[in-house]
Amino acid sequence: MTRFLKATGYALGLPAILLTAWWFGSANSTNPFWPPLQTILETFPTTWTWDRIVGDVFPSLARLGIGFGIAVVLGVALGTAIGLSPTLRALSEPVLEFFRAIPPPVLVPIIALFAGYTGWLGKIVTIALGCLWPILLNTVEGVRGLEPVLGDTAKSYHLSPWRRLVFVILPGASPRIFAGARQSLSIGVILMVISELFGANRGLGAAIVQFQRSFAIPQMWTGVIVLGLIGVLLATVFKIVENRMLAWYVGQRQIERGV
Amino acid sequence: MSSTPATLAPPARSRAANRSRRLRRSRDLWLGVTGVILVLVGAETLSRTGIVNPDFLPPVTEMYAALFAMLGEGWFWEALWLTVRGWAIGLAAAMALGIVVGFVIGSIPFLRKFTSSTIEFLRPIPSVALIPLVILIFGTRPQSAFVLVLYAAFWQVLVQVLYGVADVDPVARDTARSYQFGPIRIARSVIYPTALPYIMTAFKLGAAVALILEITAELVIGVDGLGRELGIAQSSGAVPETYALVIVIGLIGVAVNLLARFVERKALWWHPSVRSEQS
Amino acid sequence: MSITTLLSGRTAKAPAAATTDVALDLRNVQKTYDTPGRPQVEAIRHLDFGIRRGELVCVVGPSGAGKTTLLRSIAGLLELTSGEVVLDGEVVVGPPEGMAVVFQEYGRSLFPWMTVRQNIELPLKEKGIAKAERRAKVDRALEEVGLTEASEQHPWQLSGGMQQRVAIARAIAFQPSVLLMDEPFAAVDAQTRAELEDLVRKLWKDLGVTVLFVTHDIDEAVYLGERVIVLSNRPTVLMEDVRVNLPADRDQLTTRSDPHFGELRGHVYELIQRAKRGDRPDAPAAPPAAASSPEEA
Repeated sequence: MTRFLKATGYALGLPAILLTAWWFGSANSTNPFWPPLQTILETFPTTWTWDRIVGDVFPSLARLGIGFGIAVVLGVALGTAIGLSPTLRALSEPVLEFFRAIPPPVLVPIIALFAGYTGWLGKIVTIALGCLWPILLNTVEGVRGLEPVLGDTAKSYHLSPWRRLVFVILPGASPRIFAGARQSLSIGVILMVISELFGANRGLGAAIVQFQRSFAIPQMWTGVIVLGLIGVLLATVFKIVENRMLAWYVGQRQIERGV
Repeated sequence: MSSTPATLAPPARSRAANRSRRLRRSRDLWLGVTGVILVLVGAETLSRTGIVNPDFLPPVTEMYAALFAMLGEGWFWEALWLTVRGWAIGLAAAMALGIVVGFVIGSIPFLRKFTSSTIEFLRPIPSVALIPLVILIFGTRPQSAFVLVLYAAFWQVLVQVLYGVADVDPVARDTARSYQFGPIRIARSVIYPTALPYIMTAFKLGAAVALILEITAELVIGVDGLGRELGIAQSSGAVPETYALVIVIGLIGVAVNLLARFVERKALWWHPSVRSEQS
Repeated sequence: MSITTLLSGRTAKAPAAATTDVALDLRNVQKTYDTPGRPQVEAIRHLDFGIRRGELVCVVGPSGAGKTTLLRSIAGLLELTSGEVVLDGEVVVGPPEGMAVVFQEYGRSLFPWMTVRQNIELPLKEKGIAKAERRAKVDRALEEVGLTEASEQHPWQLSGGMQQRVAIARAIAFQPSVLLMDEPFAAVDAQTRAELEDLVRKLWKDLGVTVLFVTHDIDEAVYLGERVIVLSNRPTVLMEDVRVNLPADRDQLTTRSDPHFGELRGHVYELIQRAKRGDRPDAPAAPPAAASSPEEA
């Protein structure tokens, strides 16, 4: 019981201190950019109504989900192919090196040329392209780094190419695939917001910028908080999924480290 | 020269191994060049044949023509300089802050426990959430980009440094203690070498993220630099110039990655991960 | 040498398709590594021996004798330069159907993302065996190796010896006509090793499986085998094919203190020492300089 209290104290102590400091530090603020926390919190329910959540937050998250999903499927498929073939790898390495080095936001103007930027298509393509490279490159590394004895075992037991892929290669590469997907997800969130800053749009990012442009400062702050909460929420969900799917990996590492 | 066969054998072996490695490398090099040429020729063909509307994807040759034209203009070099400067300053600040904070928090167990929930919470907050704030406060001044770069890169560095300090082998630490090493010597001879690979990873990740945010700030907010020029080129319909700028920014990204790898090799020549890569 | 020449003479004349009582037959096997840009390395010069169905044969040799090369060639994981490996009357070209391999690196040959049961079951799935039968086979294999309790655990949750038992269970559940074991107990402690040796003897007797057991441990070879094939140094040829005429029922205490065990052990030890000095049946004169056989990196 005391250990539980202690752990809770550690977990909540600093956040409580910081929030208190913000609350009282901003209490009498007259600076328009730094409204009192109380004002921000009071604005919250009237700003983030159900209508706005359905109209702005859900579409943003849906675009992120679709783009991220496309990136995972494409990245794992291409990454596996490249990882398994040394020729393909040598052929594509410099090209991939270039594409992954392009900061994803510069894709926005290019994609705007093709797809325009008012609809969903351009935004989803932006998110998918930005998320693709970390997943692809990590899949290549994961497939390459597969334990050779496992490959021999699969061969000597005559596993078919399909079974080898599903039961040996992909699970073996999965820790790296997840590492790539985690990087991609945070890039995806960035692109989700940025893609909404171009053109008159609805969406979470668009809403926040709208508040800023109309000098609705407390509302803008609530938007920043919502965006932060979404980032934290996505990271948590990702961690839960990862811990479930990589339970074997987590357990194995703990034993290797002698925990 | 020694004449015993036993001492002659190893160089002969390593020479042969070197030759095979060189052969493999030169084969890979040629394949890589082929890959690049394939992409360039493919894009050129798609555009020239009209399979892809050349208004959207101009021929590669036109992109490079636009690129070479830019190289002769002052604004291009000015923008390039501003981008690189903004990236470097933001990254340096993030590294310095991240390493100091990371070492302090990492080596004091109380602080580590006390801050972990807050770090876990603040880290995933997307840096772009700060965009409206920095616009209000700094407008299009370089400070806007600086804040975004610093915020994004700082977490990368901090988390890596924390991993690094936590990774110190307890046996190595106990050994150092049993030989009566003082805290400074322990920090220098035990903690620092363990954390160094992590700091290098931090530099690699931080450098890439810093560039992303620097370009984002220029593109979205309008801070001076290549990103802003890119936005202008696109909105004024200068398509080849748009592509030329994307290529330049991509090459900066490649240069940043190569630099990070070079620094890593120089700093970690003794580390197994680097040694195995070289042999 | 009598047995080898006898056996190989007979099988060489026999047509490849006819099933004889020879389970595995090596005919004039030769392997030279010829990687472009590397010096040629002659690993196996000439090996020619057979293993009868139901036999347990051990292969020993000095370190660097090409034991692993030999095993990988037999397992169809490595292409021969000349000669052939014949399993059940068919020439081995890829990993053959009727063979299961237990690798030395137990920790790395089991799939860490699968439970013990799933690890054993996967090759059976590939064989297209129905679910109920698969289950029964896995249960029986687990019982044979004494791991019924651990079926739902992951390999990395088990000790080294237990992991190697899982690998053995996977191999016997596959019901191969030849079981290849590549220094399977080199990485476990002495007590576990003794237990596992007895397990191999027990499985061999219970299941009647043909076993080819590669090891660098002379005691282990003599204790386990019905025959011990002693290899020369590289390029490998056969030093001697030693018949182990110890009683079929062996146990760690009485067998190892049997004077005949001591004699056999001494004999094999002597052969290995000679092999290490470069003494080889095909070159009775002065051995080549040590430097001409570089160790593999």
